[in-house]
Amino acid sequence: MKILALDTSGVVASAAIWEDDVIRTEYSMNDNKMHSQTILPMLKEALDLTDEDLSTVDAIATAGGPGSFTGLRIGAATVKGLAYALNKPILPVPTVDALAYRLWGTEKVVCPIMDARRDQTYTGLYEFKPQPPMETGENPGTEQELVMHVLTPQCAVPIEEIVEKINDLNRPVIFLGDGVPVFKERILKQAKVQVSFAPAHMNRQSAAATASLAAYRARVNMAAHGGVLTPEEGVVETAADHTPTYLRLSQAEREKQEKENAV
Amino acid sequence: MAVGKLISLNMEETKKDILILAIESSCDETAASVCRNGREILSNTIYSQIDVHTLYGGVVPEIASRAHIEKIIPVIDTALAEAKVGLKDLDAIAVTYGPGLVGPLLVGVSAAKALCLATGLPLIGVHHIEGHISANYIENPDLEPPFAALVVSGGHSHLVVVKDYGEYEVIGRTRDDAAGEAFDKVARAIGLGYPGGPKIDKAAKEGNPHALEFPRAKVGESVYDFSFSGLKSAVLNYLNTCEMKGEKWVQADVAASFQKAVVDVLVDHSMSAIDQYGFKKFAIAGGVASNSALRAAMKEACEKKGVAFYHPSPILCTDNAAMIGCAGYYEFIRGERSSLDLNAIPNLKLGERA
Repeated sequence: MKILALDTSGVVASAAIWEDDVIRTEYSMNDNKMHSQTILPMLKEALDLTDEDLSTVDAIATAGGPGSFTGLRIGAATVKGLAYALNKPILPVPTVDALAYRLWGTEKVVCPIMDARRDQTYTGLYEFKPQPPMETGENPGTEQELVMHVLTPQCAVPIEEIVEKINDLNRPVIFLGDGVPVFKERILKQAKVQVSFAPAHMNRQSAAATASLAAYRARVNMAAHGGVLTPEEGVVETAADHTPTYLRLSQAEREKQEKENAV
Repeated sequence: MAVGKLISLNMEETKKDILILAIESSCDETAASVCRNGREILSNTIYSQIDVHTLYGGVVPEIASRAHIEKIIPVIDTALAEAKVGLKDLDAIAVTYGPGLVGPLLVGVSAAKALCLATGLPLIGVHHIEGHISANYIENPDLEPPFAALVVSGGHSHLVVVKDYGEYEVIGRTRDDAAGEAFDKVARAIGLGYPGGPKIDKAAKEGNPHALEFPRAKVGESVYDFSFSGLKSAVLNYLNTCEMKGEKWVQADVAASFQKAVVDVLVDHSMSAIDQYGFKKFAIAGGVASNSALRAAMKEACEKKGVAFYHPSPILCTDNAAMIGCAGYYEFIRGERSSLDLNAIPNLKLGERA
């Protein structure tokens, strides 16, 4: 199986090709250039340099949101165009889940934080656990699959709300994401647990992580449907159906709702 | 033998039809079209978001962008299906990259670029206003540049000299509100609601265009420039004064008198340009080009001068992709190509190339 993955949910623009548990190519940029000017040329260059043929791709993965509304739409329109022309399914991956997946295997709680503006963060809480759980006395040489569990699904909340949840868990936590420079001081002020921040090579969005998680989700989907990748809302979507998960209404809709609720 | 083969190949090449898929998403219409050789429209699919924006009294960019993402592929799919062609049959993909709302533009531009990368087809970025002007080519096979054109819509008011295909000179533009914008604002003020253009057009038919005397603004030195904000203010002042005096005003009369003032200025400027530049052909384009009073006045004024008057059908006046396909075709045969870093340019100037 071969998966092309894009992530344009934040400042990073990232494209990767995953094939049978190997990242064949990854191209990421953390720059303030518009994604509309970078992501397609990046993808084309990566394909050209590696002699990859888009028609051999089985599915197209994308960071499906949340994130910058414009960034998400550039990504969504791009993967929709590719998927339509290539007649391939789209594998949308929750953006915050894909960020957490970068820290695969840690025994600590993972807390990605993205700067969501309006004094909020797109965040969630995750942990990695053996599947099935290791039995006492089991041969230590047995392979244990580590599965990412969602403790708090991705959401848009004030930073204080997620730190409070972490304090309640009372477990060490690793933060990552572009929200770290924005919220670090407030986190350290409020946290009552051991807090760490991920280093540069794993603290931002990466299409390689998006692709890996998409591949895992596709494998679970196929196992449940007799080995066939089957449309399933939020996991496998068509080019026509896929839309980003914004986690937020537009400002106009929000104001309209507030007005209606006030009446 | 070899020579004969070469000749027949060449002949085949000159006879070959050029099929273009065009995509337009600059405002609140998601549209796609397939056109053959520029002027023959095989499909013209338009998904209008007007119902959702009517709830807000105008186009909300974020809501428009979200709707474009939902509709872009179904609209493209329908356009191809109606034209009975597949992506593999196409010669190029044309897309509006400005001017317009950046969020909506980016949906069409990003999708078009992805389609081009996946298919290997050339990409052609098209100027939205050049599209509007080109809408006139579709139903008028005899129309060729040079000619003068007036583009009037919710976002634009331009008096343009079309020197050649793809060659434009703007000789007049609005200094403030676009003509269509003034229609929307006045319609809201007199209780007609959104969209203002068609509603004022309808109401004006029952009113007296000479009931009220609203100003026809001249803009300083620039004979062909427009200004509609003074006219809009005059209408609002009139309504306020009536209210303060406790006098009643007649909706149809205000609509008709306002519309007459707009039409007079548009006709006056256009006719001056025709005289000055000596054109024998004149075209109107854009959403406001559907306005019945404007059409009637332009037709009469052109007939008086013996100038041929062109205007697209209403379906080609509104934002659509057929006009983008037509403009894109002339770009295509001129050898214009866009690269994969083509960006949406919200304030793209007419005649400019990215």
